[in-house]
Amino acid sequence: MNIAEHLPILVIVIPLMSAVIIPVAGRVNSIYSWYIAVAVTLSSFLVSLSLLNTVMDTGRISYWLGNWEPPWGIEYSIDYLNAYVLVVVSFIFFIVSLYARKSVEKEIDSSKITAFYSIFMLFVTGLMGIVITGDIFNLYVFIEIASLAGYALIAVGKKRNALMASYNYLILGTIAATFIVLGIGYLYMVTGTLNMIDLRDKLPMVYESKVVLTAFAFFTVGLSLKLALFPLHAWLPNAYTYAPSVVSAIMAATATKVGAYALLRVMFTVFKLEFDLQVVPVTKILIALALVAIVAGSVIAIAQTNIRRMLAYSSVGQIGYIVLGAALVNQSSITGSLLHILNHGLMKGSLFLVVGAVIYKTGVEDISGLRGMGKKMPFSMAAFTIAGLSMIGVPLTVGFVSKWYLALGALSADMWFIIPIILASSLLTAVYFWRIIEGIYFAEPVGAYPAAVAGYGKRKSGPKGSKPPKSKNSNENNGSFLKDDAPLGLIMPTLVLAALCIVFGVGAFIPVSVAEQAARMLLGGV
Amino acid sequence: MIELIAGKYNYWIYVTLMMTGFYAMIAKGNLIKKIIGMNIFQTAVFLFYISIAKVEGGTAPILWEQAVRYDNPVPHVLMLTAIVVGVSTTAVALALVIRIYKAYGTIEEELILEMGEDETLDTERTLQDLEVEIEDADIRLQEIEQVTKGSDKEN
Repeated sequence: MNIAEHLPILVIVIPLMSAVIIPVAGRVNSIYSWYIAVAVTLSSFLVSLSLLNTVMDTGRISYWLGNWEPPWGIEYSIDYLNAYVLVVVSFIFFIVSLYARKSVEKEIDSSKITAFYSIFMLFVTGLMGIVITGDIFNLYVFIEIASLAGYALIAVGKKRNALMASYNYLILGTIAATFIVLGIGYLYMVTGTLNMIDLRDKLPMVYESKVVLTAFAFFTVGLSLKLALFPLHAWLPNAYTYAPSVVSAIMAATATKVGAYALLRVMFTVFKLEFDLQVVPVTKILIALALVAIVAGSVIAIAQTNIRRMLAYSSVGQIGYIVLGAALVNQSSITGSLLHILNHGLMKGSLFLVVGAVIYKTGVEDISGLRGMGKKMPFSMAAFTIAGLSMIGVPLTVGFVSKWYLALGALSADMWFIIPIILASSLLTAVYFWRIIEGIYFAEPVGAYPAAVAGYGKRKSGPKGSKPPKSKNSNENNGSFLKDDAPLGLIMPTLVLAALCIVFGVGAFIPVSVAEQAARMLLGGV
Repeated sequence: MIELIAGKYNYWIYVTLMMTGFYAMIAKGNLIKKIIGMNIFQTAVFLFYISIAKVEGGTAPILWEQAVRYDNPVPHVLMLTAIVVGVSTTAVALALVIRIYKAYGTIEEELILEMGEDETLDTERTLQDLEVEIEDADIRLQEIEQVTKGSDKEN
């Protein structure tokens, strides 16, 4: 049996099996669950790279599950778009899994760590499955797997608000998923097939029928909630604020992007381009909503004092960019949208990882907690600054590349008024990031910080009444620069993501070449 | 008009059921009632799928010697999957409601939203944690007193 032929299914099977093996291995020692998680995410990343390589050499891969011929069997159809998003998502999962060890030990009960990694692997399975599948009901199944794992992951946050945030997300997410399954039902009713490529061939005959229009409406609303497009974003701020740091990082960097991928698939592969432009004016509606999201996300973010809530609203704005690029339907804008899937994952991922490192050291989630940290946590704050500059869109960083392509796309579509809006939101982003960066490097730490460093965390070891370490000495850096910074296991992944923000900003031709091919394929319908 | 209602009664039933469930999910304040509404909402979708599987003159899609025609089995199979998804979601939701009840003491959404303003309460704070915090506060108080005594002596 040739393993290379079965790589598409291995992307799903390895994380799925590990979700079952981790509880068994974790009974021996809970650190084994982390080893398995890192190994599995690394293997997913390598398999995704190999799939991208194969697609670049030989074109679209078509894998039949169980050797059943489509459209009766489930088909995994991997083209440029699939492979690109797979590589991005699996890479971010690998980096965050490396980061997760210390952060999870600090924030989650030691008795729940094994279960946490197990559900984390299910989350990986769900998201990778959404990206790789070519069957539309299979898409719904994987959406539900990822969503359920997500609800459970959010609910283990420290504060009790995490429970209500997770419950709220559950109710809204189930409404969205049920809308998606209704859309699938309507499509099945008129065509009799569930295979995406077969649907694309059979649907044009019935484009005008109300059943198909209703199906498209259900899909758009359901997927918009999953990707948190304004005004269906209400679940996102609470979910990102109260979840554990690792979960916020991974959800901000990947889950909404996979939702955007699913929307791209439905709009451009299942329904052809002419449907989106002529039959239903969905592109106009999406452009309007995306523009509102871009501006509203940045404005509301300025008003926040909790860092994670600020980053969450910022994410709402960035998702507006991705949807704007998709809705402008030309080569440059869809390239920009796909590039932003990679770039926002890198930027937001590193921002949330830095915030996780700060919470690890000080336990403070407020913006004032970052004041004066430039001296205490130099490497983490360097990563924060690079990622912040990238969010603003400074040239030589990735943020600039995707905004450039979006601006080009807006010009190609004769909608020049979008460019001032993009610039305005970049300026608003500069407002809320720059005041933090200024506080990091040019301000003194607030008085609460020394006590917090000395006393944070539940003291499970040591007798009752054990003295906290002397707070007088912790302010003096005795030579070593790294002394007060977060542990190496937390800094290295953060710095890798921040460094990639610059590497892909200067050497943008690497992701652009893949994204351009994917955009061309989406528009050409091949 | 009659044909619109009588000929498509399965769709009318599914839409009525779905809207009932949807209304319960949105309008009811009790968290358990929301979950029940979610179940009704999903059951309506199951009904929809199975009702479109019916073939005129067809029998249940189980192998039978006297059968001339069978119903379409694919929607039945799809709904088996969807029922499992619905059950899992209900299980997760109920587990969350148990934890919410332990943390907040109520399952009425309005009361929870009022109480939710206090962000200092953890989900797992125990009596031991509070005792440790009191000890730490005493030690810091002693340190502060020593420092102020020292500066008093200097003065």
